Amino acid sequence: MIDAFQLLTLLGLAAMTLLTRCFFFFLNRELPFPAWAQRGLQYAPIAALAAVVVPEVLVNQGHLISTWQDARLLGAAAGVAYYAYRQGQGQAVLGTIVVGMAVYLPLHIGLGW
Amino acid sequence: MFLDPANFRHPAFRTGMADAFKVAPGIWAWGLMTGVSMVQAGLGPAMSTWMTLLVYGGSAQLAVTPLMAVGTPVWVLLATAFCVNLRFAVFSLHLRGYMMAWPRWQRLTIGYLIADLNYVQFVQNHPQPATDAAGQRAEMAYLCGNCFLTWAGWQVASILGIVLASQVPLEWGLGFAGVLALVGILCSLASSRMRTVSLVVSGAAAVAAYALPLRLNILVAIAAAVAMCLLIEKTTELNKAGS
Repeated sequence: MIDAFQLLTLLGLAAMTLLTRCFFFFLNRELPFPAWAQRGLQYAPIAALAAVVVPEVLVNQGHLISTWQDARLLGAAAGVAYYAYRQGQGQAVLGTIVVGMAVYLPLHIGLGW
Repeated sequence: MFLDPANFRHPAFRTGMADAFKVAPGIWAWGLMTGVSMVQAGLGPAMSTWMTLLVYGGSAQLAVTPLMAVGTPVWVLLATAFCVNLRFAVFSLHLRGYMMAWPRWQRLTIGYLIADLNYVQFVQNHPQPATDAAGQRAEMAYLCGNCFLTWAGWQVASILGIVLASQVPLEWGLGFAGVLALVGILCSLASSRMRTVSLVVSGAAAVAAYALPLRLNILVAIAAAVAMCLLIEKTTELNKAGS
């Protein structure tokens, strides 16, 4: 089991999740919000995902990859190709995951790329 | 919340669940590997289970686990989790327009559960906040269904990973399915030229600023992409006005 100190630490970390996820709607107070900022936010979702995903695929051990013989690069490329082929219809995202893994796993486990 | 029939009997609840299901294998694989990583970092099964149940944030969990294993002071752990989670603050600014219609306890309950993909799928489905009560109920029901399925799948997968920690080698790289889920959603988001610009600028900035600590490169990348898109919008407007 875990002791009281560990539980308090975890509660503190949970509070960080709550605080950041609710940061701008925690209080009931009015928030002055300029129109340009409102417009800018429509670009935030895709930017946030790209900022998480692109380094996951293109950076290895802190450096930009310098070879195409990379399982993550080819897996992601296969996933994107499948999505484009299905033109986003039906379960295209599910297919992206399945096709991407089907390319990634053999290259990664089999060839060590 | 989820126990409120007004939410779980609403058709939008099922839409939300169906959308979450599209990316579910990625979430499961990612949760599984997060569970495995926590135990392999030396956190112990009990601590890892409490961590996933309470903290519910994969990137923050992975960032603090190695620190916890070596006895880092609590305030450093909290600061690390806060910084790694800062992208959520940007999301909360965007979600504010949808959320302020609800009482605070409801905002905080659902807000706690809104992870990256939940936010992205929600604003993709509801590009503009509703102004009437029926529309706001549909938004809340969608969020409840979407977040509930993600939460349940993540928790089951994480605990499975904690139990199977010695049987699933990290080297297999199963967590890559989580990245592929994000890739799929990225493709579905890249529906206009300006959004593609946002993708490319943000991706390039995130790689360029990769050396920054605490995944602050994500924040830099979002800021760069949004600023660039606003700038392009502005110059095209000016060009149109001038011609």
